[in-house]
Amino acid sequence: MTDTLKPRDAKEAEEAVRWALGNDKALEVAGQGTKRAVGRPSQTDLTLDLSGLTGVALYEPQELVLSARAGTPLAEIEKLLDENGQQLAFEPMDYGPLLGGQPGQGTIGGAIAANLSGPRRIKAGAARDHFLGVTAVTGRAETVKSGGRVVKNVTGYDLCKLIAGSWGTLAAMTDVTVKVLPKAETEATVLVEGLDDARACAAMAAAMGSACDVSGAAHLPDHVASYFDGLPNAEAATALRLEGFAPSVKHRKEALAALMKPFGRVALLEDKDSRALWVSVRQVKPFAAAAARPRPLWRISTAPARGHEIAAAITPAAQMVYDWAGGLLWVAMPFSDEPGAAAIRAAVKSVGGHAMLVRAPAGVRASVDVFEPQEASLRALSKRVKESFDPKGVLNPGRMWAGA
Amino acid sequence: MSVRMPEADSAVLARRDKIVAALRTMVPGEGVIASEREMRPFESDGLTAYRQLPMVVVLPETTQQVAQVLRYCHDEGIKVVPRGAGTSLSGGALPLADGVLLGMAKFNRIREIDFDNRVAVVEPGVTNLAVSNAVAHAGFYYAPDPSSQIACTIGGNIAENSGGVHCLKYGMTTNNVLGCEIVLITGEVLRIGGRHLDSEGYDLLGLVTGSEGLLGVVTEVTVRILKKPETARAVLIGFPSNEDAGECVSAIIGAGIIPGGMEMMDKPAIHAVEEFVHAGYPLDVEALLIVEVDGPRAEADDLIERIEIIASKCHAVSVQASTSEQQRLLFWAGRKAAFPAVGRISPDYYCVDPTIPRNKLPLVLKRMREMSEKYGLRCANVFHAGDGNLHPLILYDANKPGELEKTEAFGAEIMKLCVEVGGVLTGEHGVGVEKRDLMPLMFSEIDFNAQQRVKCAFDAKGLLNPGKMFPSLHRCAELGRLHISAGKLPFPDIPRF
Repeated sequence: MTDTLKPRDAKEAEEAVRWALGNDKALEVAGQGTKRAVGRPSQTDLTLDLSGLTGVALYEPQELVLSARAGTPLAEIEKLLDENGQQLAFEPMDYGPLLGGQPGQGTIGGAIAANLSGPRRIKAGAARDHFLGVTAVTGRAETVKSGGRVVKNVTGYDLCKLIAGSWGTLAAMTDVTVKVLPKAETEATVLVEGLDDARACAAMAAAMGSACDVSGAAHLPDHVASYFDGLPNAEAATALRLEGFAPSVKHRKEALAALMKPFGRVALLEDKDSRALWVSVRQVKPFAAAAARPRPLWRISTAPARGHEIAAAITPAAQMVYDWAGGLLWVAMPFSDEPGAAAIRAAVKSVGGHAMLVRAPAGVRASVDVFEPQEASLRALSKRVKESFDPKGVLNPGRMWAGA
Repeated sequence: MSVRMPEADSAVLARRDKIVAALRTMVPGEGVIASEREMRPFESDGLTAYRQLPMVVVLPETTQQVAQVLRYCHDEGIKVVPRGAGTSLSGGALPLADGVLLGMAKFNRIREIDFDNRVAVVEPGVTNLAVSNAVAHAGFYYAPDPSSQIACTIGGNIAENSGGVHCLKYGMTTNNVLGCEIVLITGEVLRIGGRHLDSEGYDLLGLVTGSEGLLGVVTEVTVRILKKPETARAVLIGFPSNEDAGECVSAIIGAGIIPGGMEMMDKPAIHAVEEFVHAGYPLDVEALLIVEVDGPRAEADDLIERIEIIASKCHAVSVQASTSEQQRLLFWAGRKAAFPAVGRISPDYYCVDPTIPRNKLPLVLKRMREMSEKYGLRCANVFHAGDGNLHPLILYDANKPGELEKTEAFGAEIMKLCVEVGGVLTGEHGVGVEKRDLMPLMFSEIDFNAQQRVKCAFDAKGLLNPGKMFPSLHRCAELGRLHISAGKLPFPDIPRF
């Protein structure tokens, strides 16, 4: 078992990194470790466990800001916000069930380090868009701060953007400040049933190009539809979510239903069923790792109107769920030890975007690229950025790319 | 000029003729400007208190030319200052005496509009407003709308991470760009992002946005475009005190409403504007709010009603909702003309843009009034109330000896106060040269070093826009040195499992 260092405060976190730096040790940077199976397999000597840094330090609902220690459970923050009629608008998706864990786990720092987002990404952005300020320990064992506690700030480089989505490879966060926003008063979903993938992408493009202010657009093909909650029928469903004040949602629901009518059969989900559906989209429910040997799972980000072209280029035995109006594909490949990387990478290359192998046995993740390989100059620049924070490779070395 | 710029390199200046000749081989015709008379228009940006003639102006037209010029400057050790339209209010595009001013104005084409993916691919010299205009026929627009949008360019918007009156709801530039082509000082051309929503690795686009021209030169940008809301309505609300107005802003947000725009003006600003624009603003109030909501008609009407109720609970003395598009635009005409309106009543004005936690607003306004008396300079306030981004306009006369210095001291004192109460130096105008020397108020030496090391990853020789943003410059070799001190675990009592 890996040895673990569990600092009790930010100062101890800095000391832990300084010790690792001085002793040529590499650290796995973790919150609760719910996403440790994502990325290239760990090549570290010890775990830096930040789950002891907990607590909300500041929450001012009317200022739309919340500051917390990075190890604060996400569930605790979401509960606190909910009690005040607010939410993390980026709707962080939950990797737990996909990776064989429980739902509802993880820390705010982990959500930011993975730049999580959910169906509302198309309207509200990802964690990076709500990440206002940070204090973090770099691989030089220096405690650095960036950003602030106000919602609008351009003072200095935006290091928050760099740290969000860096999977703990640049710095170990100890304190974070995020923007929080009001929860919608109500929601509803317009469903178009029975569409094939290409037609569904066209319908989603039309919906997104309307003034209906769609806050979730997912296509759930036939072969996975039965896994989702809230759907009236077990057939392909193209789901369009509307959120807001009641009079507005009512008006937009009617307008969107009329707009979607030429595409296929239209059905409506009211508040409760709509919420249930989008929770299961957020969890990518069909691909939960229930089986002992789950299918390899890819996450593909691409130009939304062309998502179906990527899907069509991959083997027909693959299963998939479309989110972000077609711009996000979750693709489960048929055989547990064969991720089909060549086919996936070729399909993505022809359309543009990137693919990440989010679930596969460790041996597979060690032998194929997990993150999208970058073109040479971009790869070199990314490496220089990594070295500027962490010249000796103390923090999660090799997690994103081999040798960086 | 009270800000010191990096010392001009006399060896570079001595080679000026040779450098100009070499640049002419890369960018032919009128693309290289070297005569003093023709360079004069480039000597300052929107912060006109600072002026400096560049060594030479280069106006490239292709990515290849940009790459060639940058590679040459890199190899020859010549500084480069990139510039869009030069509307920076913080001196971000101020030239250097020994530097090339790289103007990107000729990159003015819209390359592609892709409605299916809701993006526009544009060159960096396209103005902010031109993007919206190019997609308006289909009912789309580009959301960030800085007040200078008629002139400022998308490339400059990337450099400054520009905002505008609608950014509380629709985000700043960084939330509305998906990809770019960027040329590093070495001449390497990189493509970052594309038409998809998130990054495959480090979020370099997020880093470049707001980096004030210190990391690279952007030659193409992919921006998100949005469908215009069906309708927008605005309501003008007058208050007997700044405290009441601030309370009302909090109550609106507390009610779960994020308005498309929410602007506040204090009494001196209201009077200056009303005399200039005749927008129908009430003159007997201490503070005025413009709150705009957008969406379907049903939503706008519903929210206006909710806001009117909230306003009356917050002691509003006048509430007027727009009943026509013409009237809504008139309400905005006043706010948008605030700077020229103040320009009418004073020979010069100076504007800073710190952001504060909104609940500190009454305190900050009160202290600003005291400072105004202390310095003997008038001050009018307009600000983005929703996000706490202040824009105090200090009125002065540059022809009076010492008054500019006094004005800058006043501005610095405001910014210091804002940082003290938990705010930041700049919400949207950038650091540039203007706020450079105030940066230590917010950042420690360690913080600066981390930022400058990122700079080194892009520009190891420190040739791109030096003298901006960082109060002191260090060599990359020195910054890169690693100081390893501890050889043993210094905290024996730390829990270990």
